[in-house]
Amino acid sequence: MSEFAKRLHQLSERLSYLRDIFPGKHEEELALLQTRLDEAQAAAENASGEESGAGLEALEDLFFFIECKLEDKLTPMDKVRIVRHPQRICLRDILENVYDNYTEIGGQDEHTIDPAMLIARAYITRKRGGQVYHQPVLVIGHEKGHGEEFRNGGSAKPWGNAKAKHYMGVAETEGIPIHAYVFTPGGYPLEEYPGAAQQIARNIYEMAGLTVPIIAVFSEGGSGGAEAVSLADRRLMLSHGYYSVISPEGAAAIEGRLRNGERASAELVERCAENLHLTAEDNLKFGYIDKIIQEPVLGARPYHYEFFRTLRQEVLRATDEVVLRARGFAPLRAAALHRLHDRELNLDEFYVRWDLSRAARQRLVEMRQNKFIKASHSVCKNNRSVAGRLGDAWSEQWWEIYNRLIYDFYHRNRRTIRNLFEELGSEWDMFKMRLLRTWKRQEAQELAAEEELTSLSEWSEDERGWAWVSEKAREDRAVTCPYAARRGCMDMWAFDLYNEFAGVCSSCGHHFPMEYQWVMNNCFDKDSLYEFNTEVESGNPLRFPGFDEKLAAARKKTGLKSACITFEARLEGIQVVVAILAGSFRGGSVGVAEGAKFVAAADRARRKRCPFIVYCHGTAGIRIQEGTHGVIQMPRCTVAVRRYIEAGGLYLVLYDTKSYGGPVASFLGCAFYQFAIRSSSIGFAGPGVIKNTTGIDVPPNHHNCYHALSRGHIQGVWDRRDVRANLCQAIETMGGRNLYYR
Amino acid sequence: MRDIAEVMAELKAAPYTEKAVVAPHTGVVQFSDVEEGSEVFGPTGEWQEIPGTHIATITRERNPRNIVTAERGILRKVCRELDGTFVEAGTMLALVRHYLTRQEVISRLLMESLYTFCAPERARYYFAPDVDKKVKILGCRTVSVQEGMELFIVSRMKREAPLCYAGPSGIIYEVCFDQNRNVDAGAPLIVVCPPEQEESVEDVISRVEREWSDGE
Repeated sequence: MSEFAKRLHQLSERLSYLRDIFPGKHEEELALLQTRLDEAQAAAENASGEESGAGLEALEDLFFFIECKLEDKLTPMDKVRIVRHPQRICLRDILENVYDNYTEIGGQDEHTIDPAMLIARAYITRKRGGQVYHQPVLVIGHEKGHGEEFRNGGSAKPWGNAKAKHYMGVAETEGIPIHAYVFTPGGYPLEEYPGAAQQIARNIYEMAGLTVPIIAVFSEGGSGGAEAVSLADRRLMLSHGYYSVISPEGAAAIEGRLRNGERASAELVERCAENLHLTAEDNLKFGYIDKIIQEPVLGARPYHYEFFRTLRQEVLRATDEVVLRARGFAPLRAAALHRLHDRELNLDEFYVRWDLSRAARQRLVEMRQNKFIKASHSVCKNNRSVAGRLGDAWSEQWWEIYNRLIYDFYHRNRRTIRNLFEELGSEWDMFKMRLLRTWKRQEAQELAAEEELTSLSEWSEDERGWAWVSEKAREDRAVTCPYAARRGCMDMWAFDLYNEFAGVCSSCGHHFPMEYQWVMNNCFDKDSLYEFNTEVESGNPLRFPGFDEKLAAARKKTGLKSACITFEARLEGIQVVVAILAGSFRGGSVGVAEGAKFVAAADRARRKRCPFIVYCHGTAGIRIQEGTHGVIQMPRCTVAVRRYIEAGGLYLVLYDTKSYGGPVASFLGCAFYQFAIRSSSIGFAGPGVIKNTTGIDVPPNHHNCYHALSRGHIQGVWDRRDVRANLCQAIETMGGRNLYYR
Repeated sequence: MRDIAEVMAELKAAPYTEKAVVAPHTGVVQFSDVEEGSEVFGPTGEWQEIPGTHIATITRERNPRNIVTAERGILRKVCRELDGTFVEAGTMLALVRHYLTRQEVISRLLMESLYTFCAPERARYYFAPDVDKKVKILGCRTVSVQEGMELFIVSRMKREAPLCYAGPSGIIYEVCFDQNRNVDAGAPLIVVCPPEQEESVEDVISRVEREWSDGE
């Protein structure tokens, strides 16, 4: 093909790209380009090479002019279409053009456990003063492969995320930085082992404590799938990318209340994309990304070589910055950091060692954790007075000091002496027992015989009543078990079912859904509940249209201010901190307020060295109306949980009714001890979402808690009536060493 | 085992089954807007998760319960005179006529006129070596079986044991299992036919396959 034909072909490709990005929009401009292109093609056949070359140059200028004009008119949905276009750069283009050499590990092309997840050991060569340095880096990311079908659009399956986690461990062992590239529309919703939600939760938990620098670059950040590899020290975002809690189409389906695969109108999708605030500028403003990398006009494509140079400089800059900050303050390094901000600096000729000392690694993790804990703090609606907040801060410090004095100093030394005395006492008892064995045995036999002859059997009053009884028990009606046809269950009187039976079918044991108050009031010691952070209230940080009214309705219906209730209580006298996700408030969805309350509860449990119990009465996932403010709660709360667990606490999650989405795929799913109340459902995406995204029908009991138990997601299934007893046993037998009662 | 011609005559006379939809318990019945002569369906979906056609709602103690059809067919009768009244358990509410499909007719013919020998436990089954050879070379219908004959080898978790045939004497009309696959307990292994009936069975079955139309 001649050079001229090649250029014409490129223009035709650019035009088809424009048509894909702007379907049904800017038709006048696109028609003009089409006419001019047709004319150029016709002229090329008749005119001489020189004439047609000049004409083509003018046409290229026209293309560029119109592209620049359209760039200014880009809507959020246009950006979504740019990101999804097969011509957009993908991870392999980045590996080819940003890094000096790379080797794919963990499989190649379709010969890998999950082609949507690509892992490569790459290196970057830098020169300083004639000396060459090869700096290794582990590249992890989603591969869309320019529309290759087996890549699944970059939607990683659970085992793909497991592969990523495995190689993160390798990078940590080798002490090399990780560059994570996020090109995913979301995680693939599969419940097969290890389970989509469970694996994403494990990845987030792992990254929260990884002791090597992590840099994430977002192009397409689709909710949970993106979070699985993006809990990073620096988060960069491509200017035409998006980072969102849900796809605009998904949000439109929810907003439009569409069922059975009905399609939302283009206007509604466009409106939802706008309301979700998913662009790079929005996310930079919220503080969930650190920097925007400017792309060429209408998005980067594989032939934009200058863009790859910019990207290389930015990832180098980010890695150097993270490493230097983790090493601690020093005048020379501060000067280096200052120089790094100079845009003219060529980082290929600048060298920073990327290995970190043990102390620096700890500092790195701490800084990363602090960064996420602080995220979304400014948008949290907290009605607590200034005096109250000061009191809280003082009380936190007091508990810190008190616990250090009591448990770290007094108890630790006292325990040593007490242990010594206990050992000696046991030895003495054994000695006495051996010495007096014969005499004691005879005496015991005589006593037992006497007791049998003289005492009466004891009559114990069987206490069947519950402290809290559901309103449903007041209804004068019979209730049919949903399994009556299959298991032959008899109808039950609502009064019996919701009162004495605790919502459990007396025939087959099916658990009817109950209110969150049942566990709250029946499973902890009487009058021991003390609710805190009651002033934190769910808000509408994105000003999502119509959401304020929905929130007001939820508040009125439930009497709650958010879906999360946090309180202190006692279980057989042991102080515990409890967080409840109440399914009755906006489906138990998690937003900024819920995240803030959860983080505060985890922190309180850590300070007071109490067990931290989360009762997930029900959750539909992350609250979509809060956009990335909601999705950031996934890493944020997981970091809080990791801090708590590493401090030696007991973090226990109990699922009831239905638990899906982001919370299960992060701070709930990462718990070492997870249990479910019988008849509950646990999963990543509901049956409707699975059908819409994968086209696969799932059986009615696909999310049943016993399936979660079989694949190892949860550790046990409890009867509702045994929750209190099981919780008591758990706090006595499970958890770390740093609980106040141990 | 009955004579196949007799069974066939019965089926031709009434090529359907009729099943009454009855009240599962006492209560007040409210019929839905189904009409006599309309088509109704049983549970559908890959896991039978979509319930059948809604016929009526029965309410007892303020507990409404839907009554649905259990199989596909034509609604022959709807007892509308019971609408809004209190009925006893077992009262007929509607009558569904289900027309037999070709497969159902063949299965019924074979079940009633021939003998099916079933797997006693979940395992892999093989014919005994001499029977196996004969089946492979000459076909199953050349093999005669009688009570007590050592016919199968049961292979389960690397252990093998012989299995004797129990049932009436005859020839193996059909082999229903695959030698390399596990067979569930209760699934048919072979269908045995008395030698004198072989020709008439074949004739009837081929006629059904040729002439019977589904979903009349």
